Amino acid sequence: MNFNALFSDFGGYTITGLTVGAIYALVALGYTLVYGVLRLINFAHSEVFIAGAFAAIWGWAALGLDRDSVASGFGSIMLYLLVGALIAAVASAGTATVVERVAYRPLRKRNAPPLAFLITAIGASIAIAEAFGIYTRRLPVGAPTIVKPDLVLFEVAGTEVTMVQVLVIVSALAMMVALDLFINRSRIGRGIRAVAQDQNTAALMGINKDRIILVVFIIGGVMAGVAGMLYDIRIGTLTYSVGFLLGLKAFTAAVLGGIGNLRGALVGGLLLGLVENYASALFGANWKDLVAFVVLVVLLMFRPTGLLGESLGRARA
Amino acid sequence: MRQKLARLVGGVAIAALALGGTAACKSDSGTDEASGGDGCGSKIAFFGALTGPNAALGINMNGGVKLAVDKYNKENADCQVTLVPLDSQGNPEQAPGLAQQAIDDTKILGIVGPAFSGESEAANPLFSEAELVHITPSATRPSLADQGWKTFFRAVGSDFSQGPAAGRYIKDVLKAEKVFVIDDQSAYGAGLADEVKKVLGAAVVSSDKVQGDGKQNDFSATVTKVKSSGATAIFYGGYYQEAGLIRKQLTAAGVTATLVAGDGVNDAAYIEGAGAAAAEGTILTCPCQPATEARGSFVDDFKALNGSEPGTYSDTAFDAANILLAGIKAGNTTRTKMLEFVKGYSGEGVAASYKFTETGELDPAQVKVWAYKVEGGKVVPDQEVPRS
Amino acid sequence: MTSVREWIYSGRHAVGERWHNAPRWMRWAVIAAVIVFFYALPNREFYQWLGPIPTTGSNFGQVLFTISIYVLLAVGLNIVVGFAGLLDLGYFGFFAVGAYTVAVLTSPSSDLKTLWPWLLALPVALVLTMISGVMLGTPTLRLRGDYLAIVTLGFAEMIRVAATSSEFLKGQRGFNQIPHPPGSYSDGKPIFGVLDPRPYYWLVLTLIILVVIGVRNLNRSRVGRAWISIREDEDAAQLMGVPTFKFKLWAFASGAFIGGLAGALFAGKQNFVSSQNLELLNSIIILAAVILGGSGNIVGAIVGGGLVAYMIERFRGIEFFGVELYEYRFMFFGLVLVVMMIFRPQGLIPNRRRAAEFKDRRKEVIVGG
Repeated sequence: MNFNALFSDFGGYTITGLTVGAIYALVALGYTLVYGVLRLINFAHSEVFIAGAFAAIWGWAALGLDRDSVASGFGSIMLYLLVGALIAAVASAGTATVVERVAYRPLRKRNAPPLAFLITAIGASIAIAEAFGIYTRRLPVGAPTIVKPDLVLFEVAGTEVTMVQVLVIVSALAMMVALDLFINRSRIGRGIRAVAQDQNTAALMGINKDRIILVVFIIGGVMAGVAGMLYDIRIGTLTYSVGFLLGLKAFTAAVLGGIGNLRGALVGGLLLGLVENYASALFGANWKDLVAFVVLVVLLMFRPTGLLGESLGRARA
Repeated sequence: MRQKLARLVGGVAIAALALGGTAACKSDSGTDEASGGDGCGSKIAFFGALTGPNAALGINMNGGVKLAVDKYNKENADCQVTLVPLDSQGNPEQAPGLAQQAIDDTKILGIVGPAFSGESEAANPLFSEAELVHITPSATRPSLADQGWKTFFRAVGSDFSQGPAAGRYIKDVLKAEKVFVIDDQSAYGAGLADEVKKVLGAAVVSSDKVQGDGKQNDFSATVTKVKSSGATAIFYGGYYQEAGLIRKQLTAAGVTATLVAGDGVNDAAYIEGAGAAAAEGTILTCPCQPATEARGSFVDDFKALNGSEPGTYSDTAFDAANILLAGIKAGNTTRTKMLEFVKGYSGEGVAASYKFTETGELDPAQVKVWAYKVEGGKVVPDQEVPRS
Repeated sequence: MTSVREWIYSGRHAVGERWHNAPRWMRWAVIAAVIVFFYALPNREFYQWLGPIPTTGSNFGQVLFTISIYVLLAVGLNIVVGFAGLLDLGYFGFFAVGAYTVAVLTSPSSDLKTLWPWLLALPVALVLTMISGVMLGTPTLRLRGDYLAIVTLGFAEMIRVAATSSEFLKGQRGFNQIPHPPGSYSDGKPIFGVLDPRPYYWLVLTLIILVVIGVRNLNRSRVGRAWISIREDEDAAQLMGVPTFKFKLWAFASGAFIGGLAGALFAGKQNFVSSQNLELLNSIIILAAVILGGSGNIVGAIVGGGLVAYMIERFRGIEFFGVELYEYRFMFFGLVLVVMMIFRPQGLIPNRRRAAEFKDRRKEVIVGG
C-alpha cells in the first residue's frame, strides 16, 4: 500500500475520481431506469453509450474538426459542445430505440422469460460493439480538442481543478437534476413510475405501456449519449471496445446505489469513481477493478439492495 | 490404468473407422515429408496477429514477408513459393491450433513468427517437436531462447539488449534523474520495464502498472501519479495502443516529461493515437537499424506492394522470410534440411547481418539498438544507443 | 411464412415424440452411434469425408479439443443456470482456478517449484475450485437473481485482474512447461504428446460422458428435484421444507467442480497458461451456449456448447467477396443470439418441462401488449 502517493495528491485523486464517477453515474441512469421499469439488465446499454461517443467524434469531424484541431473562442467552444452533445444524444437514443424494438419488444410480446432477454441483450451488445470495431478497423479514433485539457479553472486547497473536470461534473449533475424533476413532476414521469410499480395495472389504467418503455429507453439513451460526449472530451481517444468495461462499471455503480433508484445511480457512480481512483493510488492502477468489485460484494453483504435501496416505483408518488 | 483407458478409447475409434468402411482409401499427403526434389510449390507461413487489438504490428510484418515472397516469385517465375498467413490475433489460446495447422501442411518448410512472446510460448513446443523451423522477427522475450526448442531462431535482439539500451539512453542521453516506469503487464512490456529499472536503479522514483490489450482507456490515476512524482522522463513498456492514450492524457494534464518506449510502440499507429502534437519528442528504441542506404529499394518496394509505409519489424520479417527463401532456393526441401540450413546461415539483410548462436539468438555482435524520435508526426532515427 | 414455421415446428415436435416413444434398444443404439461418431471424428481418415464440416483455417483435431472443453463447461454451467436457476455470469472464473492451480503446482516457472506431475495436481485443482465455488457462494447466494449475476461477473473479473497483476500468478508471462497427463504407448512414446491433439480430445470426450452420467443421476435424485423447486419458486420451495441455501450451494459447487476439471484439462494440454486466456467474454459465451442449446437440458447444453465453439472457429479461413469472415465472427455470433432468442427463447433442445412452461406463458394474456 502506497499511502504516500495517495496523500501527496489527495485532492487530485478526489477530483479525477469525481469526474470518472460522474460519467459512470450518467451511464448508470440508463441501467437503472430500464431495470426499474422492466426488471431487465440492459446489457446493450454499454453500446448505446459507445454509439453516442462515436457519433460526437464523427459529428465534430463533419464540422471540420479532426483529431489534431483545437477549438478556440468561448462562443464556438460552447457551440461545438452543444452540437456534440446533441448529435451524441440523438445517436444514443436512436441506438437504444433500435435495441428496444429489435431485441426486446418481440420477446415482450411473447412473454418470454427473463433469461431470454438477457441473452438478446448480450447478443445485441456484442453485435453492435463488433460492428463499430470492424468499421474503425479496431483502431483508436482520436477526438478533437474542444476544451483545452490543461486549462485550470480554479484551485482548491492546492489542487488544480480543470475546465474539463468542472464541465463533466456540472453537466452530469445538471442532467440528473433535470431527470429527477422530469420523473417526479411530469405526466410522463408519473407514467414511468406507474409502469415501474405494476405494468399490468398501469396498462389497465390507460397508460400506453409500450410508449412508456420506449420513452425510458430514449431517456437512458440521451443520458448515455451525453456521457459519451463527455468521455470524448475527457479522454480524447475512443476505441470500440471500451464500452464493455465501462458499462460493467456503470452497472456496478447502479447496483451499488440501489438499482432502480435514480439518486442511487448518482451516489453509486461518484462513490465508485472515488473508490477506483483511491485504489489506483494505493495499490497501483492495475488493481482498481478488483477493489471496485470487492467493495461491491462487501456492500451487498450488508445492504443487499444497495446504498439507497431499489425504488423507482416507490419514489414519492 | 490411464494407458488402458486411452487404448480402449483408441480401440473404439478404430472400430468406428472400420464401420465407416471406406476410411482408409483416400490417403492424403498425410505423413510423408514434402514433395519432389525441387522447392517448387513449397510454402512458407507467417504466424502473428493480423486482426485483434495488436494487429498493426502483425500487418507490418506480414507486409514484409509478402514482399520477400513476391520478389522471390518474380525472380523464379517457374518455381513459385506461396505464403500462408496464420492469424493468431496474438492470442496464446489460438496458437497451438494454428501451429498444428502449419505442421500438417507438409509443403510449409518454414515459418516467419510467431510474432509475440506469449503466443510463442504456446506454439513453439509444437514446432520444435515437428522440427519445423521458425524465425521470429519480433518476439523479444529473453527466456524464449533457453527452453531447449530446437527450431527457435530470433532475427532481432532480445529484451536483454533493448531494455538496458533504453535505460542507458535515459541515463546518458536524456540525463534524467527522476524516471517514472509504467508497464502493461504483458510478457513483453513487463520484461522490458524490468530491464530498464535494473539499469536506472535509484533514478526510478516510482512505477505503475496498467492494463494492456485495449482493456484500459482512462489512465487518469497513473497520470496523477506521474504528475506528483515530478519525473522528467517516463519509460513505458508495452504496445502502441495504450502508449498513445497515455501520452495524450499526460500531455493533456500538462506533463511535459519525455516518454521513452520500446519497439512495441514504434509504429505510426502510436502517433495516430496520441495525436501528432502530444507524440512530438517521444523516444522509441528498437533493436533494428533505421532506413539507410544499406536497405536499398526496400522502402519503395514495400510501399509499391502494400500501399503503406513499412513499419516496425517489416524489415526483420522481410529478412527472416528471405533466409527461408534462400534455403528453398538452395534446394533444402525437407524440414530437417531447412533447419540445418538456417542453423548454419550467415548473410546480410536489410535490417542487419544475420548469424545465429547455438540457442537461436541473433549473434550479439550483430545486435544494434537504435533510438528513434517522433518529429513532425513521423518517426525519424535519432542515434545508435552506445553499448555500455 | 407462418405455415413454414409451423411445419418446421410440427416436424421437430414429431421427431421429439418419436424419440420418446422409441423402444429402449433403439434409443441406446442411436446414442452409441453418436458416441462412436464423435470418437472417430478427429481422425483425418474419417473427417476428410465429411465435406465442409472440418475447419479449414485451423487444425481440426485442435479445434475439436477446444470444442470439447466448451461442451464440458456448458454441461457444468447448465447445472447452475439450467437446473438451479442461478444466473452465473462469471463461470469462466472456475475454469481459471482449475487451470491456474495445475499451473502453479506443476510448472517450473512457478514460485512454488513443487513440479508435481499433472495427475497429482488434478485432484488438488478440483478440490480448490469446489472450495472457491463454496467461498463465492456462501456470501452471494443469499442475493437474488440480478445481484447474483453482477457479483459472479465481478468474481470472474477479479480472478482475471489477480491473474494479470499479481507477481505470484505471473500475469501475461504465464506458466510454461506444464506437464501433460501421464501414460505412454508400448514403444515408450507418450500418449499425451505435444503434437497429436486426439488423445486429449478423447480424454475430454470420455470425461464428458462420465460427467453427463453423473449429472443426469444427480438431477434425477432428491438434489435435482430440490434444484427444480428452487428454480421454479424459491419461496415456495423454502416453505415446503427444502433447504434452499444448501442446495444452491451444492449446485454452485458441482458447477465449479466441472469448470475446474475443464481448466485442469486445458492446462495439461496447452502446456502454457497465462492471463490472456481469461477474457471476460468467455463467461458470456458459455452462458449464451447453455441458453442457446436449451437451459435445463443436458443434451441442449452439449449441443449449445459444441455449436457455439464450432461456429466461432468455423468462420476462420473463409473468404467472402475478398473479406475474411473470421473478422466478423463475433458480430454474427451476437446477431445469431438475438435472432435465436426471438424465435426460440426456450433454446434449440429445450427441457420438456420448461418447454411446456413457455407454451403456457405465451398463452397468458399480456395486458396492454
